[in-house]
Amino acid sequence: MSSSLASLPGNRACALGALAAGCRFFAGYPITPSSEIAEQLSRELPRVDGVFIQMEDEIGSLAAVIGASLGGAKAMTATSGPGFSLMQENLGYAAMTETPCVIVNVMRGGPSTGMPTRPAQGDIMQARWGTHGDHPIIVVTPASVQEIYMETIRAFNLAEEFRTPVVVLYDETVAHLIESIEIPAAPTIVTVDRKWAAGTEREFAPYAETDDLVPFMPRPGEGLRAHVTGLTHMADGFPTQKPELASRALQRILDKIERHRERIESFETLGTEDADVVIVAIGIVARAARRAVQDLRAEGIKAGLLRPVTLWPFPEAAVRAAATRARRVLVPEMNAGQLVLEVERLAGARGKVVGLNRIDGEPITPAQIVAKTRELVADE
Amino acid sequence: MNEVVRTPFDIKDYLRLELMPHFMCPGCGHGIALRALLWAVHELGLDKNKLAVVSGIGCSGRVGAYIDANTYHTTHGRPLAFATGLKLARPDLHVVVITGDGDCLAIGGNHLIHACRRNLDLTCLMLNNEIYGMTGGQVSPTTSIDRLTTTTPHGNAEPTFDACTLAEAAGASFVGREVTRQAPALKNLIRAAIAHEGFSFVEAISDCTEIYGRKNDLGESPEMILSQKSEMRPGAHADAVDEPFRPHRLNTGILAERDRPEYGRVYRQRAAIERDRERR
Repeated sequence: MSSSLASLPGNRACALGALAAGCRFFAGYPITPSSEIAEQLSRELPRVDGVFIQMEDEIGSLAAVIGASLGGAKAMTATSGPGFSLMQENLGYAAMTETPCVIVNVMRGGPSTGMPTRPAQGDIMQARWGTHGDHPIIVVTPASVQEIYMETIRAFNLAEEFRTPVVVLYDETVAHLIESIEIPAAPTIVTVDRKWAAGTEREFAPYAETDDLVPFMPRPGEGLRAHVTGLTHMADGFPTQKPELASRALQRILDKIERHRERIESFETLGTEDADVVIVAIGIVARAARRAVQDLRAEGIKAGLLRPVTLWPFPEAAVRAAATRARRVLVPEMNAGQLVLEVERLAGARGKVVGLNRIDGEPITPAQIVAKTRELVADE
Repeated sequence: MNEVVRTPFDIKDYLRLELMPHFMCPGCGHGIALRALLWAVHELGLDKNKLAVVSGIGCSGRVGAYIDANTYHTTHGRPLAFATGLKLARPDLHVVVITGDGDCLAIGGNHLIHACRRNLDLTCLMLNNEIYGMTGGQVSPTTSIDRLTTTTPHGNAEPTFDACTLAEAAGASFVGREVTRQAPALKNLIRAAIAHEGFSFVEAISDCTEIYGRKNDLGESPEMILSQKSEMRPGAHADAVDEPFRPHRLNTGILAERDRPEYGRVYRQRAAIERDRERR
């Protein structure tokens, strides 16, 4: 079997990627601009013995997804800003109970109902910090239709491997962009399953520490009758408020991601080795930046691009390295300035990092990035 | 699973004894409801490994942890939504939801009516003690008119929900209510609810002696429980829907039972037809 070519929009690629990754449960609620993912999976899931359900709201959607995952299914939901806001409490529950799940957030203009059909990148920080309390999270941010397909698969694999919610974050532009993509032959697609606990012993501790910090998951119905709670819990799964145990339990789920950072991180660079100006951007803006880098280099300005594909955990070492070599760092983004805060934190010297923002529901163009970069170079 | 098991019921076979003593206050009715549930599970001969108990937040939410089964203590108001996903993904499990009057009717009210409408094979056991006990005694959607709570210091001015009427109107295919005073009757009701294929809703009238009872001079636990017995009779008070106080307007027993297609079965049948069509 060989790969095949297909021309399709981003949201459809997301649904196909999910199926290829082994997703067999979807619960969601209609919302622009993500609804096509639900529509596609409502058709496809029954054909592969999976289940689709349209729930009464986004709160119930993520709850049902987590319930299905606790039952053993690879499960996902898809939404946009307002729905993503409603999902935050249960997203924290998934993080706390270490239940694998995938949440697609197709970003539109906000806050509130905002501009439902317009692209934005306003949920960068919400995706990291939206639920209350310190919590681990993985966020991937594809920039093309091909990458939506591949990153959706990777999101499921990361969720399973590290027993954590994974957010697939992209904007309305790539969601509805139609591009030709290569769909790999099914046997070549690597899928990961969570580590299932074996046995039936009464003393099974579902959250016992393991070498990789990822506990074995009990599958209900097979003899390990475990307790799952969003309360801070001990290795045996039952709640505790003992300071030492509480701190250790939370620290482990935070360390679980940090320790495996190298396996989780993913980013792309273009010309950062000798760049005087490094552009840090994600999603559709990064594609404008790629063009801008080419145009700038053609006119003699050494520009480079660093594009996080895994947004959280943030590629700290890569940004630090690129920023150290460059004289200036430009962060174009379709919000009032979120990514720029993270880059500033890492890039050091004040004034070195500059934002380029757009909050009018239109994408940032290559010409805007070129103009801004010329300004930065002229300033020096 | 309708076969009645004749071996004696020993609650210890169904509890996580290592968690004892439990957290419930002296006089709390939730322990009686827990016993009735486990008694029903025993009589139905359910395999503990195939039993999943999903609960929400509040005093009712903490009850599930004591059950030696697959137990899920979820978020406030959402246990029915979690259970919906679990049951759809795992139709082989018996899924019982334990919830409370606040969890089920206030924050979780939307999930309740849609679970009733959908008619997925779940059993929802709502423990109604008329109060938010875990948070210290605030008014709930079932607090009787005029009652004192920490957030109705001048007496509750809001009308109450009749949860069973709500569940029936929303489409639940099995609806019943029983008092914790009548533990065997509550057990029989829960047993019938679990055996029923489709969404079954059971309201167990429980008592909060420590907070609600004390605040409203309702007496000690025996008096509160005895008041259940004297004021509730199966089929009584059918017309008295406007009565302000709970005991005068609530009927007990099986209040609604009807044949409606079970959602999971319908979904799987349609999926099978679609797969056949695809193959052809």
